[in-house]
Amino acid sequence: MVPLSYYLILSAVLFACGVAGFLIKRNIITIFMSIELMLNAVNLTFVAFAAQLKQLDGQVFVFFVMVVAAAEAAVGLAIIISVFRTRETLNVDRVNLLKL
Amino acid sequence: MANGEKRLSMLHLILFFIFAAVCIGGAINLLVQKHPINSALSLIVVMGSLALLYLLLGAEFVAAVQVIVYAGAVMVLFVFTIMLLNAGAEERTAKGSRVAIMLGVPGLIIGLGIVAAVVSRMTGLDRIAIGGPSGAEAFGAPRPLAHLLFRDFLLPFEVTSILILIAIMGAVVLARREE
Repeated sequence: MVPLSYYLILSAVLFACGVAGFLIKRNIITIFMSIELMLNAVNLTFVAFAAQLKQLDGQVFVFFVMVVAAAEAAVGLAIIISVFRTRETLNVDRVNLLKL
Repeated sequence: MANGEKRLSMLHLILFFIFAAVCIGGAINLLVQKHPINSALSLIVVMGSLALLYLLLGAEFVAAVQVIVYAGAVMVLFVFTIMLLNAGAEERTAKGSRVAIMLGVPGLIIGLGIVAAVVSRMTGLDRIAIGGPSGAEAFGAPRPLAHLLFRDFLLPFEVTSILILIAIMGAVVLARREE
């Protein structure tokens, strides 16, 4: 049997990788992927606690998190495309003004 | 009987370590790679091994949805965007990075210290074992999950459908080319 703490540590490591990618990456698409990584780490915690408490509510929450993540990915990538059209760059350091 | 259960839980532990190693390796590869398409592919590896970890936890439906929605739909969207925008290797801009290093390295050390302190104190959690051989079957099967989702969580479920609709319209409006 796998102790619950192993799952929580794995989830914490994945979340930390997501935070590090969010902070050190300069490509806007990679930053967006780091956010997805953080959401996945949280999902792992939900499923681990659902299995530990023998309640399905955690898995239902994972379902809702996935729906929100899918909506966020669609809208976010559309915003990235529209930013790229006006600025011709994906580097976040060059996108420092809301107005063109 | 006890011997077989022990062997099965040993198998659980070995599988957990294999998939956890793949997960962490993929996440670190996402950070290290310069080209966004390589990062996207390593994120797919992370999501796939997370789906297998969900299977170990008895969450069959969530594992299937993880593969279909995350590793399938969302990552296809990412890869399409990368190819559509012809995103090349990341260029370094030195100005912002120096501040990030100055603030980030102490922050990282403090964060790791906090995690180490919590882990060293967490002796009680080690005794709680999950994903055991008995009772794990059919725990996260689609039928009980559907009972919960369409009875107790019916209103949030309907609200998420409205959210998806708004997201579709928003994506279409935002990505449309200006005339």
